[in-house]
Amino acid sequence: MKLILKIWRQNSASERGRFVDYSLSDISPESSFLEMLDILNEKLIMEGEEPVVFDHDCREGICGTCGMYINGRPHGPDELITACQLHMRKFSDGDTIVIEPWRARAFPVIKDLTVDRSALDRIIEDGGYISVNTGNAPDANSIPVNKEHADLAMDAAVCIGCGACVAACKNASAMLFVSAKVSHLALLPQGRIEARERVHKLVARMDALGFGNCTNTGACEAECPKGIKLTNIARLNREYYRSRIF
Amino acid sequence: MSLAGLFLITFLLVHLGLNLLVITNNDPMVFNKAAHFMSTNKLIKVFEIILFGGFLLHIIYALILQAQNWLARPKRYHKTNKSETSPFSKWMIHTAVIVLTFIVMHLFDFYFKSKFGGAPEILVGGEHYHDFASMVVTKFRLPEFVILYLAAFIFLGFHLIHGFQSAFKTLGLNNKTYTPVIQALSIIYTIFVVGGFSAIPLVIYFQ
Repeated sequence: MKLILKIWRQNSASERGRFVDYSLSDISPESSFLEMLDILNEKLIMEGEEPVVFDHDCREGICGTCGMYINGRPHGPDELITACQLHMRKFSDGDTIVIEPWRARAFPVIKDLTVDRSALDRIIEDGGYISVNTGNAPDANSIPVNKEHADLAMDAAVCIGCGACVAACKNASAMLFVSAKVSHLALLPQGRIEARERVHKLVARMDALGFGNCTNTGACEAECPKGIKLTNIARLNREYYRSRIF
Repeated sequence: MSLAGLFLITFLLVHLGLNLLVITNNDPMVFNKAAHFMSTNKLIKVFEIILFGGFLLHIIYALILQAQNWLARPKRYHKTNKSETSPFSKWMIHTAVIVLTFIVMHLFDFYFKSKFGGAPEILVGGEHYHDFASMVVTKFRLPEFVILYLAAFIFLGFHLIHGFQSAFKTLGLNNKTYTPVIQALSIIYTIFVVGGFSAIPLVIYFQ
């Protein structure tokens, strides 16, 4: 495959960035998107140029490290995947691919396509956990959990914190992320104990970090590599009002 | 935002219910008397203030939230977002500006005329009534007004179809049984409101 890549290059958060065009040839349609970027970087190194900096770790679609905005979509043109699970067969020969970093005030660019997503960790620090010493694994049946709630909690717990929801949202809101964390814990008996303070603190921190507001547009749900549902946001709102009113 | 929105949604039904009297009754005095009641009744006067409060709250919240949302992404993407989402939601602030412009114009057309003079009056049974019915009919005999009002209703529809169901989600009212019902209701409501309001200028124009 022959490709033209239009990639955002930026040295640091304080410097101005710009798009640079690169052309690549002989790319196998079976290679992954990150392998294609590896090939580009090897070429750049051989030519004595600075390689394109991008985040990646497990390359198995489970760590949430790789994140880039590919042709107008976080993680590129496929459903329920991270950028590392995107394959070049999703593109056509001769395509121009525009690659941008996540854009949000809360996610400043570190370099090129790598952004600082620690704002999500700051949110978790404020209560995205349960304060008990876990000790040894307890007996599975000592605390009964309703099957429906256990399933919903697990569905929310699969969030890998990649930030695609923020990147996709027209308001750069982190509501889907926060709602997944709140739901995951609020649905289980162990998490209920601190549910009231948790939802409060998480939402306050999210707002303080400069994320936008939710307008129920659903771009987050459409782009989430783990299929986190918008219903979690309604649950977050429900939990929030409950913590304020009752 | 959501509560004010839902309040305005109920107001639209009342407004539509009254307006439909113009085309459902041959006697223009039925509508005139209804309008007279709405503008003179003490309780309605209180509701009028609450209504303006609702509008103001909805607008002020919209401005604050929209400003925060724009500030949350200072550098925009080069490629416009291609995520599969509700198109109506993406244009809420834009449809809002159009609808607000229309409302201001609409207030000048009817409301302010009744408050500050300029509306024709008729004497029935020793009491003065504003002749709103003839004002409406005169207005909608002109094709430019019919087109203007119809266009505004379409944009209002775009605003409502997302706003109605989004308000429930924001209030945390969401579950497997009710959400599909709410979603269906939001479409039925929008069609009813847009269709109902549009019928008035169309019926008058083609009469």
